[in-house]
Amino acid sequence: MASVRLAGVEKTYPNGHVAARGIELEIADGEFMVLVGPSGCGKSTALRMIAGLETPTAGRVLIGERDVTALPPQERDIAMVFQSYALYPHMTVRENLSFGLRMRGVARPVIGERVENAARALGLEAVLERKPGQLSGGQRQRVALGRAMVRDPKVFLFDEPLSNLDAKLRVETRAELARLHRRLKATIVYVTHDQEEALTLGGRVAVMRDGNVEQVAPPMEVYRRPASVFVAGFVGSPAMNLLPGDVRPDGTWTGPGGLVLPLAGPRGGADVPARMTLGVRPHDVAIILPGAGDATARVDVVEPRGSELLVHLRLGADGEGGELRVVAPPEQAIAVDTAVGVRLDRDRLHWFDEPTGRRLE
Amino acid sequence: MTPRSRWGTVALGLLVLATAFPFYWAIVSSFTPEARLFERPSLLPTALVLDHYRALFTERDFWVPIRNSLVVAGATTAICVTIGGLCAYALARLRFRGKAPLLGLILAVSVFPQISVVSPLYLLLRRLHLINTYPGLILPYLTFAMPLTVWLLVGFFRQLPAELEEAAMVDGASRLRALREVILPLALPGLAATAILTFVYSWNEFLFALSFTLGPERQTVPVAIALFRGQYQVPWGQILAAAIVATAPVAVLVLAFQRRIVQGLTAGAVKG
Repeated sequence: MASVRLAGVEKTYPNGHVAARGIELEIADGEFMVLVGPSGCGKSTALRMIAGLETPTAGRVLIGERDVTALPPQERDIAMVFQSYALYPHMTVRENLSFGLRMRGVARPVIGERVENAARALGLEAVLERKPGQLSGGQRQRVALGRAMVRDPKVFLFDEPLSNLDAKLRVETRAELARLHRRLKATIVYVTHDQEEALTLGGRVAVMRDGNVEQVAPPMEVYRRPASVFVAGFVGSPAMNLLPGDVRPDGTWTGPGGLVLPLAGPRGGADVPARMTLGVRPHDVAIILPGAGDATARVDVVEPRGSELLVHLRLGADGEGGELRVVAPPEQAIAVDTAVGVRLDRDRLHWFDEPTGRRLE
Repeated sequence: MTPRSRWGTVALGLLVLATAFPFYWAIVSSFTPEARLFERPSLLPTALVLDHYRALFTERDFWVPIRNSLVVAGATTAICVTIGGLCAYALARLRFRGKAPLLGLILAVSVFPQISVVSPLYLLLRRLHLINTYPGLILPYLTFAMPLTVWLLVGFFRQLPAELEEAAMVDGASRLRALREVILPLALPGLAATAILTFVYSWNEFLFALSFTLGPERQTVPVAIALFRGQYQVPWGQILAAAIVATAPVAVLVLAFQRRIVQGLTAGAVKG
């Protein structure tokens, strides 16, 4: 096992598309690092540069202490699980699993033993002589996993490995991956666009956007203290409310729909920006009687979600102040198109600078 | 059966009949004695003889043009599929500048009418002392067959997911090894289809073969058949027998690989 480091890695494709703008990322030995972000944020490119399938236009890639920037994939001692699994369709499961070992000239008896072990660990013994076309989606996924496992590589790379599975299997496999990581103590770099997957799996999560890493932190910290407006809006479901507003000379913040909050403590100082975005999670807003609380709003839509209600409000007495999503307890009676009051949990407010979008403490 | 599908069956039957009849007629005629060929024609053979076939291989030594055709078509096919395959792989997979113009250029080579290049090619081959030699036919054939091969195979390679090679390379295979162990086995239907098309094309080619050979020792089958007709008579029986002999290997080849050809030509049309 080994650590991985991306040092100032940039990638510009020949067509001018910039996929990475100076990525700095350190992944410790044995760490489960998840790269997450919307499509086109450069997470897959970053993974492919670690694999050696793409060459950075600038910067260095290190695996362990070794600079592998210029090395082709076959000399990097990494294993990768592809989104499509990329199983060799003309080979049996056994041949698929042993391919990497055969390519590296491992002795025949050793190959046999390692393949048997991997097959046993993944429950694939019964299908060893079948071809990928005869397997179910879940089995294919496990073969792809096994192909990486038998190799005992320095780093495992996963490119959205769960996106082709149905919801139930995805949750099962997610748990299996977590167990696998605990057992192998392997360095894993895992790419996904699913923020929930990122939070549940990651030892640390790197949230990427537009070729940059916006924040690298343990999942709960990314959730509790998002470093930017983008991270705040991307992580968490339902998404955080982001309300733009102005700072008044009297030290209050005025948002949409007559929402006014005092900027307590150090935020009242001289270095407060003129415009700030307020972030508040739907769970941190309470719906109360009209006239009370921080602002008035009208109920737009109520979505029952089983364990809770997701309520879409429109801020302001006339409902012209923009949308506010609130999670309410399922037993609360909320009638559509009535006026309500909202109260924001003062301890759970997030402030962001405008226009930079950086978090303000 | 619904009325519509019944009419479809009838139409299909007629089409098959119209296509197959000339072949049937040629086969029947090739077994009919020369004297009876121009009598009242009958659909069913009245007397079957092997005269024409015997004459073909004893009087005319038809083995020579067959051997020539096999050598020329075989070599053309082998070279085409090997070099064309590598070329197509590079064009389908590697990133380099000027790929699109290159593909266009390759296609452009094949759009010249054959007749327009016969004279310059003849002069060129004479200068190289290649008239009436096997290379003198194989090289010109390559110029026509190679673009076809490259275009067919580029399309075929492009349909194979790039992730397979990437997986092979991550697994420790070099690019050439990945090509050999992963891509080639998967590309086999496409390669087979391309090879057969190239072979059939070279086997049937007439104009170049007529122009660039001088005597029977290097003439290919189509040329030999065309030159059967003497000054005073046309030996129809022998011509038809020769046509059957010339068509048989191709027909056998196509029938044997029929499934693969269809697979190759339609691969990727449906995901599977």
